[in-house]
Amino acid sequence: MSDVVVARSLDEARGALADHPDATVLAGGTDLMVEINRGLRRPSHVVGVAQVPELRLWSVADDRVTVGGGVTYTEMMTTPLADAAPALAQAARTVGSPPIRNAGTLGGNLGTASPAGDTLPVLAALNAQIVVVGPDGERRMALDDFVVGVKRTSLRPGELIVRAEMDRPTGRQEFLKIGPRNAMVISMAGLALVADHDARAVRCALGAVAAGIPRARDAEAWVAERIDWDNGAGVDDAVAAEFGQRVAAASAPIDDHRSTAAYRRHAIAVLATRALKRAFAQGGSSDA
Amino acid sequence: MTSEAVNTAAGGSTATGTGTDTIVDAGTRGVGADVGRPDGVPKVQGRFAFSSDLWADDFLWGHTLRSPHASALIRGIDIGPAVAMAGVYAVLLADDVPGCLTYGLEHGDQPALADGQVRYVGEPVALVAADHPDIARRAAEAIVVDYEVSEPVTDAEAAPTAAPIHPDGNVFREIAIRHGDLDVAGEVVVEGVYEVGMQDQAFMGPESGMALPDEDGSVELFVSTQWLHVDREQIAACLGIDEEKVRLTLAGVGGAFGAREDLSLQVHLCLLALHTGKPVKMVYSRDESFLGHVHRHPAKMWYRHHADRNGHLVKVEARIVLDGGAYASTSSAVIANASCFAAGPYKVPAAHITGLAARTNNPPCGAMRGFGAVQTCFGHESQMDKLAAALNMDPVELRLLNAIGPGDRLVTGQLITGTFPTAEVIRQCAYAPEPEIPLSDDRRDLPGGSGRTTDAADTVRGTGFAVGFKNLMFSEGYDDYSSAACRVSDGVATITCACAEVGQGFVTLAQQIARTELGVDEVILAPAQTATIGSAGSSSASRQTWMSGGAVQAACREVRAQILADVAAEWGVSPDGLVLRDGLVVSLDGQQEALLAQVTAGTGYEADVEYHHAPTEALDENGQGNAHVSFACAAHRATVDVDPDLGLVRVRDITTAQDVGRILNPTQAVGQIEGGIAQGLGLALMEEIVLDDGIVRNASFTDYVIPTTLDMPDVTIAAFVEEPEPGAPYGAKGIGEPPTISSSAAIAAAVRAATGQALPRIPIRPADIALG
Repeated sequence: MSDVVVARSLDEARGALADHPDATVLAGGTDLMVEINRGLRRPSHVVGVAQVPELRLWSVADDRVTVGGGVTYTEMMTTPLADAAPALAQAARTVGSPPIRNAGTLGGNLGTASPAGDTLPVLAALNAQIVVVGPDGERRMALDDFVVGVKRTSLRPGELIVRAEMDRPTGRQEFLKIGPRNAMVISMAGLALVADHDARAVRCALGAVAAGIPRARDAEAWVAERIDWDNGAGVDDAVAAEFGQRVAAASAPIDDHRSTAAYRRHAIAVLATRALKRAFAQGGSSDA
Repeated sequence: MTSEAVNTAAGGSTATGTGTDTIVDAGTRGVGADVGRPDGVPKVQGRFAFSSDLWADDFLWGHTLRSPHASALIRGIDIGPAVAMAGVYAVLLADDVPGCLTYGLEHGDQPALADGQVRYVGEPVALVAADHPDIARRAAEAIVVDYEVSEPVTDAEAAPTAAPIHPDGNVFREIAIRHGDLDVAGEVVVEGVYEVGMQDQAFMGPESGMALPDEDGSVELFVSTQWLHVDREQIAACLGIDEEKVRLTLAGVGGAFGAREDLSLQVHLCLLALHTGKPVKMVYSRDESFLGHVHRHPAKMWYRHHADRNGHLVKVEARIVLDGGAYASTSSAVIANASCFAAGPYKVPAAHITGLAARTNNPPCGAMRGFGAVQTCFGHESQMDKLAAALNMDPVELRLLNAIGPGDRLVTGQLITGTFPTAEVIRQCAYAPEPEIPLSDDRRDLPGGSGRTTDAADTVRGTGFAVGFKNLMFSEGYDDYSSAACRVSDGVATITCACAEVGQGFVTLAQQIARTELGVDEVILAPAQTATIGSAGSSSASRQTWMSGGAVQAACREVRAQILADVAAEWGVSPDGLVLRDGLVVSLDGQQEALLAQVTAGTGYEADVEYHHAPTEALDENGQGNAHVSFACAAHRATVDVDPDLGLVRVRDITTAQDVGRILNPTQAVGQIEGGIAQGLGLALMEEIVLDDGIVRNASFTDYVIPTTLDMPDVTIAAFVEEPEPGAPYGAKGIGEPPTISSSAAIAAAVRAATGQALPRIPIRPADIALG
């Protein structure tokens, strides 16, 4: 049986993790409990953080959105947070079913660090800084430095994910994801794209098509020079298609039981093309 | 108590009546009425006790150690580390099986525990009983098995010529149907090769049960199953004790769809209970459940259809290969069905159809809703569309032109004597108004759903049509009778029947039938068990409404006759002038009446009957013979939106018409149709057990995906085609399977129509469209 501590404050959580640096952190349990119930993990110590109020905080500033590690998918889908980080809301909406979204958290998605973690491409595209606390105090790092492999993070023993701080760019945000059915799916391929009109930049990150969460930086740079930033004209079809191919080049997918590498690469090109055209379409966006 | 065997040859005059019966009591709570199911409210409120909810004092938890290898010899097993663990009460191996080691529904070729060899991933090797489920699991993990792994046989086509992986060889059954003039050729010929993936029944309630030992060496088993008595027969043989010493009671069943026809944990539970002298409970995890029951056979099918230039079918040639996996299960009956129905519900003057069910080191395959007819329906309906295109003919017109009906013969030579309204079913479905489904502005209503992948401009729409059929009841000479008892005492009817309620609604129907036959309102349904009542046969093959419904009807009628005879004698009138109605015995002339409660006070009346369907015969060496009792058909029209660039599909509507004989409960009929279509949709678009060298790669509901509410469209029931079936109680046909048979084929046809692609395989994966 596991030894479980239910922390009621950030200090309690830090203390419990200091006592047992190898403890497993339990937030919404939507990943961990599945593994425990399947007998894949048997943690000796568990620190529950769902009752830690500091982790439930989020805030929106003019140019910044901060989301606590304990914020649930349902909360991410709810205004005003959803208005400030629309791609995060779009990604959250694709996770599981309503009960799962009521329980699962941003911190849990980060901690699991699956390539298919739905919020992770959004965080990457929004230049998120991941803030963690541990025995040595607070550390912050980019998503690239946080996710270091398939379900591997750079968290050190005793560290806890506190929050993610991300950009709030002026342009549109798009999250698109492919699964084998119309809801409640693990991603076969996913993509987040944001337009930053102030910086005259497009940022695009990919899910479920590499060991990590790659940013398509070459494609971003290439397309930024081909956007009519001053007049707000839409994106030329040929540019969008070429962008799609260049984004797909940033993927490194594999064949597995969910799909094939060839399909995933193809799908990323299609998703990137569509996301770019939506982000720069004249007139409104067509859904929530 | 009286006992009576009733045989209802189609059209015969017997105690069970015929389809010409008037359906009475519709609008009350009898047959034909929309009666709510007695277990419905408890189920939605979470109060229904499923087999996983069983509890007893001082019970142990069982766990099964399974093979991680598809093919291996077992050089040795060291149970020492498991036995040494605190809390472990028993560790059992093949040598601990006291009776016959092997069991099976048709051929007893499957070991209860592996004996020196494993033939599929998940094959049970050892059993543990412990005082905590975690300890049982850990103890099983501590058992050291020394495997000598060998290359598995995983290709059904190659299996017959591969080295035998079982003493019984690698062929479960080969079947050949030769019908009519095989030298004939059509003016128009189309060919195709089609494949169907391995579908799982994906029931929600995992395998579970509890066995309680008795001091006299007998054992009581509470378990979720589809057929109590055939379980008992196999369990008793493995335990080496008399069947009377094995008493089964049905525990709450969380879905079945064929996956509970074979034994899973039944023998294991009884072995552990008898060995430890304590009650033992087992509940499979979801992963284990995927390994612990049979699946739908994957199929490969080669077809050649011949027609004249006007579209009349001239000949159908087909070869069907089913992968039966490691053990026989029901493979020999499934390949017979697949072959018998391979040409579809059409008049086919000549046919040459060969079927093979092969043994491989893949997971065993057996019964699943549709039972062989699903696979070949995808084949023959794909061919009919191809033929229509070659003839430049409307696909519905082509089907109508060839639709089979009473007076026609199947490719097995069997003359259709009952109802078989194929043409009417096709017309009702195909000519129903097209649903008006505008393309949505909301991406979540388009292909890709919540993933926001697709705009309306990215989609193309298609409509597809398919019709299919299958047999009702078991075939090829099998006498799958049912038994029921009726007792009326103090005006209350009690029905006893071992029919397994697996969700289909027999519990509702049995009460409706008793109300109609006895004129009572209160009907008690006794637990389904083996101790005091005979076999009801399997809850499969769309057979229980007919067979156990027929047994209940016959038992009630026997009791009614006893009551009326006694009252008639007392009143000095003819029993023909008396009826049971509204809790009264009433004379038709209105002169006399008595309370049924008074008439049946104290002693009571009872009857116990066996009900048999008309006998069938084996198929001869040319696959000819009257092998089937009755048939039912259904048609489906699917409307889909497809995103061809991403290969994503959104089914927008399924319109259906079904040959039902008579509707006995409208809501339950709709439930079967909607549920069956959902399962067909799953097979068409997403449901597949993915195998890699015999290893199941997606043994979870994370990766074995079934349709959600966002995947399932509205179902439009254009018509219940009600042509009462002679010989069937109230004229009603089974309705559980036809919704699953042709819905997959209709969806595939719709996707083809939208994309123009061949798509010869289901499930259709995104890559098949996007990269195809």
